[in-house]
Amino acid sequence: MQLVLEKRAERSNTIALISPLIAIGLTILTMVILFAILGKNPLLALHAYFIAPLTDSYSLQEIAVKATPLVMIAIGLSLCYLANAWNIGAEGQFLIGAVAGSWIAVKTQGTDAGVWVLPVMLVLAAAAGALYALIPAICKVKFGASEILTSLMLVYVADLFLDYLVRGPWRDPHGFNFPTTAEFDPVATVPLLIEGGRLHLGSIIALLVVAAVAILLGRTIKGFEIRVVGAAPRAARFGGFNSNQLIILTFAVSGALAGVAGIIEVAGPIGHLQPGISPGYGFTAIIVAFLGRLNPLGILIAGLFLALTFIGGEQAQIAMKIPLDVTKVFQGILLFYVLACDSLILYRFKLVFPNRQVARGAG
Amino acid sequence: MELVEAIILAVLAASTPLLIAAAGELVTERSGVLNLGVEGMMIVGAACGFAGAWLTGSIFIGALFGIVAGTMMSLVFALMALGLAVNQVATGLALTILGVGLSGLIGAGFVGERITPALHLYIPGLTEIPLVGRVLFGEDAFVCFSLALVVGVWWFLYRTRQGLILRACGDNHVSAHALGYPVLRIRTIAVMFGGACAGLAGAYLPLAYTPFFIPGMTAGRGWIALALVVFSSWRPGRLVVGAYLFGAVTILQLHAQGWGVGVPSQFMSALPYLATVFVLVLLSRARTGGSTAPAALGTVFVPDR
Repeated sequence: MQLVLEKRAERSNTIALISPLIAIGLTILTMVILFAILGKNPLLALHAYFIAPLTDSYSLQEIAVKATPLVMIAIGLSLCYLANAWNIGAEGQFLIGAVAGSWIAVKTQGTDAGVWVLPVMLVLAAAAGALYALIPAICKVKFGASEILTSLMLVYVADLFLDYLVRGPWRDPHGFNFPTTAEFDPVATVPLLIEGGRLHLGSIIALLVVAAVAILLGRTIKGFEIRVVGAAPRAARFGGFNSNQLIILTFAVSGALAGVAGIIEVAGPIGHLQPGISPGYGFTAIIVAFLGRLNPLGILIAGLFLALTFIGGEQAQIAMKIPLDVTKVFQGILLFYVLACDSLILYRFKLVFPNRQVARGAG
Repeated sequence: MELVEAIILAVLAASTPLLIAAAGELVTERSGVLNLGVEGMMIVGAACGFAGAWLTGSIFIGALFGIVAGTMMSLVFALMALGLAVNQVATGLALTILGVGLSGLIGAGFVGERITPALHLYIPGLTEIPLVGRVLFGEDAFVCFSLALVVGVWWFLYRTRQGLILRACGDNHVSAHALGYPVLRIRTIAVMFGGACAGLAGAYLPLAYTPFFIPGMTAGRGWIALALVVFSSWRPGRLVVGAYLFGAVTILQLHAQGWGVGVPSQFMSALPYLATVFVLVLLSRARTGGSTAPAALGTVFVPDR
């Protein structure tokens, strides 16, 4: 018996729509097995993961808060991946954006600086994220160095740089030696949407980004160029599209978005700069981008779903002592199934029995 | 002399996991498959290797656990990237994300435990050779093995018929298929070899380098191993040079921190990563005349029937 792929005459649009749902279904099935192996009641665990967070207002807000950085980063990454440029260092761009924005917050601390502080922080974070992403992009375009490896190496560098700042020059003098800056002033903080709640202005910014990129991809020439360069590089060359220029552009945009996501996280839910500000948003966003089929609306939904797994994971840990790493395993398995199901869009799976040559569809 | 020898031994120890993982990935890439999941396979190898050694008390069985774990991970990759023709870059990333989660899950029960690390070799006659004896035959068996592995890989790739066929698959899978070679089967075996090596390299860390397991202890070594393969221009000999250079940078920064050089420790810790970027740029630039990478590297192959 042998599995054989047969190319479809044209891509299947039906499967393109339902493949993320199949993937989620298969992932949940796998998780049931994993929970059983861990000796937990699978039904209770699934409830803690996927239902419980949806039942109270606090958790619902928390899902939106977690989804904000995921969606913003993933939107940027989807532009890169559409153009066949592999930015996998969004985590580093996120951290550098957080650092650059925090610089203003730290420097204006305790002064009577006005309402200009937060906008300047956002702009600076975007610029820093974009510049940091441009390092691998330029290394790729000018020297042909693999952007995958360079962008990833810079994640570790950004992490160490942030660590140095909060343990050294920016450490809160009244912070009992903890590696953190002082709490940001109110003018340097992202305002809340609901008094006493968790939802903040960043979620609105994320929605605006989704809308802007949807227009860019669907309604502009640049968006068309990005899609063609990725999907049909030869056709793009004949069309006179400059793929190097698009690598630079998509990296810069995705870096800027990751940087803004970084400062929003620090100036919003966290309130100060410290190590460990990201539970791997930059990497989880890769999953969000693929689960959302590199489509802005899809990414919004996928971002909310993965945020749900973060919150659900925390609740399952508290309620059932399920290790937090299960969430990571879940996300990894989900990406595998998403990619496998995507293969169904282009190919038909067939099981071939060499002796009898009986073929039957297996998908 | 004592100090020089101590530094050389430290560099050897730091380079060995890089060399083992990179040697495996080199074979994988030579067959035309880009498996970016080295970091994930290594970290699972580290967790399983430590678990094996802790449960049985044997370093050897621990290493076997690591190898098996790495191979299993690579089989998942092979099923996806070769069986289902999924994009190799995305699959490799997925493997790393999954590996980090799995290793945390497997290793959770072992954090804080210690084992007796791998003993250093002592071969009467060989270890006492002045200058080179201690360096070549006085470290743990992994160091010796890693060098033998590179020689073996070189011999296989350039001196055997199977090695030639494997390289043919990596350079032009259509031609290799037309000649009747089972491209996907050959690539699967190459991917498994890469996984076994990555698993062993990961297991080396808690079994010989530090006698305990901490989550995330590979700290990007899998990615550096991938960069080393590029550095080597896909040639085993240059891999050794590259691995020892990177080991030297790692040890240098550790010692510099100890000497109290007036540079913050975080900047020194960032050196190996910055060096990787620098070397990648330098080498890619020098190679503008034509790429030395296997021509079919990272491309999807679906055999027509």
